[in-house]
Amino acid sequence: MRIRGRCHIFGNDVDTDAIIPARYLNTFDPKELARHVMEDADPAFPSRVQPGDIIVAGKNFGCGSSREHAPLAIKAAGIGAVIASSFARIFYRNAINIGLPIFESPEAAQGISPGDEVEIRPEEGIIYNLTKGESYKFTPVPPFMQEIIDAGGLLSYVAKKVKGEHV
Amino acid sequence: MGMTMTEKILAHHAGLSRVEPGQLINARIDMALANDITGPLAIEEFRKLGLKKVFDRERIALVPDHFTPAKDIKSAEQVKILREFAREQDLPYYFEIGRMGVEHCLLPEEGLVGPGDLVIGADSHTCTYGALGAFATGVGSTDLAAAMATGECWFKVPSTLLLRYRGQLQPWVGGKDLILYTIGLIGVDGARYMAMEFTGETLGQLSMDGRFTMANMAIEAGAKNGIFPVDQKTLEYISGRLKRSYRVFASDPDARYAQIIDIDASRVEPQVAFPYSPGNARSVREIGEIKIDQVVIGSCTNGRIEDLRIAAQILRGKRVHREVRLIIIPCSQKVYAQALKEGLLEIFLEAGAAVSTPTCGPCLGGHMGILARGERAVATTNRNFVGRMGHPESEVYLAGPAVAAASAIKGRIATPEEVL
Repeated sequence: MRIRGRCHIFGNDVDTDAIIPARYLNTFDPKELARHVMEDADPAFPSRVQPGDIIVAGKNFGCGSSREHAPLAIKAAGIGAVIASSFARIFYRNAINIGLPIFESPEAAQGISPGDEVEIRPEEGIIYNLTKGESYKFTPVPPFMQEIIDAGGLLSYVAKKVKGEHV
Repeated sequence: MGMTMTEKILAHHAGLSRVEPGQLINARIDMALANDITGPLAIEEFRKLGLKKVFDRERIALVPDHFTPAKDIKSAEQVKILREFAREQDLPYYFEIGRMGVEHCLLPEEGLVGPGDLVIGADSHTCTYGALGAFATGVGSTDLAAAMATGECWFKVPSTLLLRYRGQLQPWVGGKDLILYTIGLIGVDGARYMAMEFTGETLGQLSMDGRFTMANMAIEAGAKNGIFPVDQKTLEYISGRLKRSYRVFASDPDARYAQIIDIDASRVEPQVAFPYSPGNARSVREIGEIKIDQVVIGSCTNGRIEDLRIAAQILRGKRVHREVRLIIIPCSQKVYAQALKEGLLEIFLEAGAAVSTPTCGPCLGGHMGILARGERAVATTNRNFVGRMGHPESEVYLAGPAVAAASAIKGRIATPEEVL
């Protein structure tokens, strides 16, 4: 699998209220959430973002609320992946659980500029910056979480387990 | 090598004799919580598993508190999903309007969390219950759905940041000031993925309400959980309340800590955190004149009876500034009734405050006090992110109930000494 896209850059400590403000949380319809994705960080973002685009941010991305609506909104907006120097822990779990590809890479977060085209190769552990001709390493996902990703998210993983127990 | 109390609780619930930081474990949970924002999504995910019943009807709590009493049709539909699921599954711990409270005030008050418990909640402030010596952490809706099905959840064992507070607290300094000061010191990712273990002689001076406030905001430093040692005050609090048996875990003297920070609490002055980060803490005495439009006293951070008593002490016989709206939200029905009994509500009303039924309401910009463009609020809540209480160009300043009440009277951010 390769993920290729054009990058949008955000700063440190992007909180989940910025990703999807609570005023829109009276629904969990992903399409409706996607219309407001990153709105309080950049009001023009929902109209600018194209399917396949990639979000790049600094440290502690997704801090604050546990709302799973945040990774859902990003995924439903068609964003292919999020690269950050580091992630807040609940966001990290939620992203893995719902199948939003995320990559922890301080060097990528530093090296990538707005509009750069990058290609992520998860199996190789490398992010290629096609615009600048650079490459960056990312922290591999622990094997247990890779199992969840490979199963297609936590629910599919648990479904297998639950069925196994009933046999 | 010994273990911290967080490690011991996790090991116990995973059926292991010991665990190490970084270890991935599967652990049994004592209580799983969701609200009207995260619950409907969790219920939808749970249904995908095709199971008829939740793992244990007495270990799930559903609290419609965020946009309730339902602020609009969509919110009413969300609560309806919770209500119908609770009826279908015959859940004893679904809390209806009029009998409810803000979830993290309500669960301890109802005796649904005790020392040594492992609790997950689809709400980041679930870490509040660490004040009782429990391991409690926030998760998303899918994690909660899986837990409702299996009674288990996976965890990465966190390393622990030990905070040791010493010294006598200054007048009007409470749990909120200590935690804002601490987050200001270590930053909003200063405890990312870690357990924050709050210890030291100073914390013995804090009531349970003050400890709930501190544990509540562990997440604002990025922590997985915040936790307090169990002492006489903890045992008094759970006595007559707790519906289950409990077990006290204490950190070993030779437990391993990732970091130890000593804080001289006697030097901490009343704090206020500037927009747009809970880490922007400053001493109120040093900030100069900041005019405000609104004050909110309430939330899972500071809506408990002690907070209302402090506010009433300052507001007694005074008037709210003519250009300020003061909104007071007792955090549960029981706190509301207690405040009524003690005459606190009368003090608030006579001062010119609005008193609301329990709700998260304005804390997350839901309803009951949304800010317009350019408006400023002092709030006893936990977050001051962009747009948190309303318009993205409004501002929230976080403080404890004493500073909030004094500010409501002065029309600017003020210390209690300025009005008494």
